[in-house]
Amino acid sequence: MKIVVCVKQVPDTSEVRIDQKTGTMIREGVKSIINPDDLSGLEAALSIKDQNHAEVIALSMGPMQADSAMRECLAMGVDRAILVSDRVFAGADTWATSLLLSKAIAQINPDLIICGRQAIDGDTAQVGPQIAEHLSLPSVAYVGDITLENENNLVVKRTFENGYQLIRVKTPCLLTVLSEMNSPRYMRVGGIFSAFNDGLVEVWDNSNLNLQPEELGLKGSPTKVKKSYTKGVKTAGKVFDVEPKEAAKVIIEKLKESYIL
Amino acid sequence: MSATKDVLVFIEQRHGIIQSVSLELLGIGATLATKLESNLIAVVIGNQVIDLAKEVGSYGAKRVYVVDDPMLETYVNETYTKALTAVIRETNPDVALVGATALGRDLAPRVSSRLHTGLTADCTSLDIDETTNQLLMTRPAFGGNLMATIICPDHRPQMSTVRPGVMIKPEQDKTRKFDIITIDANLKPSDVNVEVLETVYETKKRIRIEDANVLVSAGRGIGSKENMKQVETLAQLLKGEVSGTRAVVDNGWLDKDRQVGQTGKTVRPDLYFALGISGAIQHISGMEESNLVIAINRNPEAPIFEVADVGIVGDVNKVLPELFKQLNHH
Repeated sequence: MKIVVCVKQVPDTSEVRIDQKTGTMIREGVKSIINPDDLSGLEAALSIKDQNHAEVIALSMGPMQADSAMRECLAMGVDRAILVSDRVFAGADTWATSLLLSKAIAQINPDLIICGRQAIDGDTAQVGPQIAEHLSLPSVAYVGDITLENENNLVVKRTFENGYQLIRVKTPCLLTVLSEMNSPRYMRVGGIFSAFNDGLVEVWDNSNLNLQPEELGLKGSPTKVKKSYTKGVKTAGKVFDVEPKEAAKVIIEKLKESYIL
Repeated sequence: MSATKDVLVFIEQRHGIIQSVSLELLGIGATLATKLESNLIAVVIGNQVIDLAKEVGSYGAKRVYVVDDPMLETYVNETYTKALTAVIRETNPDVALVGATALGRDLAPRVSSRLHTGLTADCTSLDIDETTNQLLMTRPAFGGNLMATIICPDHRPQMSTVRPGVMIKPEQDKTRKFDIITIDANLKPSDVNVEVLETVYETKKRIRIEDANVLVSAGRGIGSKENMKQVETLAQLLKGEVSGTRAVVDNGWLDKDRQVGQTGKTVRPDLYFALGISGAIQHISGMEESNLVIAINRNPEAPIFEVADVGIVGDVNKVLPELFKQLNHH
């Protein structure tokens, strides 16, 4: 069995802070990590490999800095790590990203593709299902467990807000997985050594994929960012010394304003 | 076929029950349609869902498209993608909205890819640009630190999934007039490569306080173990979790794994609701990065008010019953 795991290197958004004076986002000093849902995808693939004959390939699209994330994948035990990187890919939205990754995957021709449900920087959860659509493959999203039934079928647990379904899906197929499904293994000491010494990360650019200019980057992206902004400086709070009835009203108004109600 | 200016809403039903996010989308959808001087239309997909179409019409859709097929009994992205794509191709809307649920966020990406159009995920605000008539789709990113407004200038429909609970559900009016139109999506057994073996409903598991979006947190001022029930009630109403101070844990009113602060957990939820918490520095250090802090405390000098966005000076056990009363009316 050949398994591709799609991996994204992301800033650790739990470390991102807003400068309380300027209201801008402080990115300096924020670690780059493998997206948590993707790490669980790697673990899921590697545990299939532990018990069956399987080849696991980590695939990422990103700038050359993502090389370090690919080496981490190798140190965890993947067989190949492919970084799709080219200046002309920059600015891609989920449509263009998924098209590009689908072209790379088509060349690998796997039986199973695993993506993390969503990346913590963009939180879109769109690239996985969109890759499947580009490849005309069946997909199951929000997967919390994978069982190999036989050579041609998987049984997966598809979670919803209030429960789950057990779904049988034919291979080849694509799954998007949740970080709750497992605890990713650590990098192996020997693995770290070889991954950081040998030039094992394969880098593909557009000469490998042959996408047309109008399919790439900003030009190939149906959506554009019109503007972005932080929520700004936190203003000083207000204290109300009022009767309970009025107090409750104030609270409800604030909850509505903050989309909690 | 040239695109219309219509606004289409996908009505998500599960076991014949319309999800509330879909009604909320009819609310914002009507607003957008008015700005575009066009019509609000809706799509109901399922098996024997004609009655639902009538309900959708009473919430303001001018035309309700129905794809009714036994193969659509249970949600599977293959059949639902084909059905929704068929309706969009038939109706050529300018805007198509889907609820950002575990179902919608699976369905919408496949549909948008098939139609070769843009999709913006999990929006919290939608508007129409007055000069270009483009849909302005605003959403949080970077763990909520950044808001981005996204447009889709050259592809139609402009598609968005919308976060549940953000838009306002319209009033139902059973005298509204609307048309119901049935569409055959030409579904075939060969369209389907997955088989749903079993569906299980679960009562929600307890979420770790570090992962909770909403925390309702109790301090010594809550007064007794008995009063902790009110804290739990508020947490349920706000779909959050219960946490507390060291004092509350030491008193045996709450489990240790629910403690916030220096000797407990550091949390940064969207909402931290501090009930009867004075705000010792050891506690503040564990919650000061919460996005929104609402505090109720009897002492107007309590340090918790220095980090609170909204502070209420008062007896928490008097404010809470009033809050429950008004929340239930809400």
